Amino acid sequence: MSLLREGVSGQQGWEPAWHDEPVRRSYDAIVIGGGGHGLATAYYLAKNHGLTNVAVLERGWIGGGNTGRNTTIIRSNYFFPESAAFYDFSLKLYEGLSKDLNYNIMFSQRGMWVLAHDRHGVEMARRSVNAMLLNGIDAEYHDAESVHRHIPGLNPNPRFPILGAMNQPRGGSARHDAVAWGYARAASHLGVHIIQNCEVTGFIIRNGRVQGVETSLGEIHAPRTGMAVAGHSSVIARKAGLRLPISSYALQAFVSEPVKPCLDTVLLSPATGVYVSQSDKGELVLGAGLDLYLSYAQRGNLPWLEKAAAGLVELFPQFSRMRFLRQWAGIVDVVHDSSPIIGRTDVDGFYINCGWGTGGFKAIPAGGWCLAHVMATGESHPLAQAFGLERFRTGALVDEASASGIAH
Amino acid sequence: MLLISCPYCGPRAEIEFRCGGESHIIRPGPHDAVSDERWGDYLFFRQNPKGEHLERWFHAAGCRQWFNVARDTVTHRIIAIYLMGEPKPAAEIST
Repeated sequence: MSLLREGVSGQQGWEPAWHDEPVRRSYDAIVIGGGGHGLATAYYLAKNHGLTNVAVLERGWIGGGNTGRNTTIIRSNYFFPESAAFYDFSLKLYEGLSKDLNYNIMFSQRGMWVLAHDRHGVEMARRSVNAMLLNGIDAEYHDAESVHRHIPGLNPNPRFPILGAMNQPRGGSARHDAVAWGYARAASHLGVHIIQNCEVTGFIIRNGRVQGVETSLGEIHAPRTGMAVAGHSSVIARKAGLRLPISSYALQAFVSEPVKPCLDTVLLSPATGVYVSQSDKGELVLGAGLDLYLSYAQRGNLPWLEKAAAGLVELFPQFSRMRFLRQWAGIVDVVHDSSPIIGRTDVDGFYINCGWGTGGFKAIPAGGWCLAHVMATGESHPLAQAFGLERFRTGALVDEASASGIAH
Repeated sequence: MLLISCPYCGPRAEIEFRCGGESHIIRPGPHDAVSDERWGDYLFFRQNPKGEHLERWFHAAGCRQWFNVARDTVTHRIIAIYLMGEPKPAAEIST
């Protein structure tokens, strides 16, 4: 109805999605980082735990960090029961998110396919399907003939033959900006203050307990502070005297010029080193791997662009004449077992959400849910208990890097 | 893209190399006297600085030798290249 009204009245009546509030000196909780995880944390603090006197502090602007720098793929095709439960909870929250936030996040469950190009790939695909089914998550194995039937346009005579694939039909993609804006709007309506252009420069620590943060807008006090600043987690945590088992790498992605609808699934091909989906605007969104040397520079490089393009053309020779429209890189938090870190730290009153590696977007609802839980109650959420910082001391790793075929 | 001067082969493109992570990490010991915390720290925890970083590189598609690089992780400027076993370069390196 508002679309119709604004259409005939010159688009002059739109209200801001969230309020620009003046910063208070004291809150019940502070969330550092206004990306997807930080905004979701603030929203669930207010909605699930009744903590509405909350500030989200963002150094840049909402949607300007990794939330706006990913390839928007959502899936829960993990191996270990802990990961499967966590990521599937996230997927289920995504399924109801447009309704929950009253904001269309354009979640499209178009299926997530992982192609197998050799015998080992086929074995991994079958193993993944079995693991997912045992964990109660829907998954399908398809032989070559079935893959070509479901994904028209795939190269019929490729150099790396497609022998099979696994598919998670509930996987898909969503509009990344809408996820950030939707959470920001919903949190703001519940009273959360969203403070942009506010850089955290230090922590106020008394008697070993975090009492608040020092920022470019002055001191802000709160009895509990959560951090969700993927990419810069070790930089911020160090200000609180905390070391993290994290390495920061650049992950880059590319968008082609828009074309008519031609690909209605999300496709991942580990052997050719590329994943691709088509956005609602018609662009092909494709990504490659990590530059495996430390980087805080949000830019990519040519070798990976060439590799992704070569992989895409191997799968779809007809795309060889398409032009790249944009290229970008985001900085990701890579942990040795490719599982997140959510929970308390050795510094009282300081809680962290980081270590998402290359897959933080799909985890936004559950990551925010679990960080909000530990901040509000002091106890780790049951879904996040395996993902504490202490596992790097006890050795109880949830090693998805070797289990589910993640490339890093 | 990085242009890395291998001390043995000269300047080559980044794609010829692999990065081996932080340099100058010393394995704690003796093994039966190392606490879980110290061992976990050795295995998993790294400096990960935003700025100058001392790291090992391997010339995988060339001479297959390891060497050290001092590099800025924000600008990607290579500050110094030195051989394995050599001490850390001058005071401009903060780590």
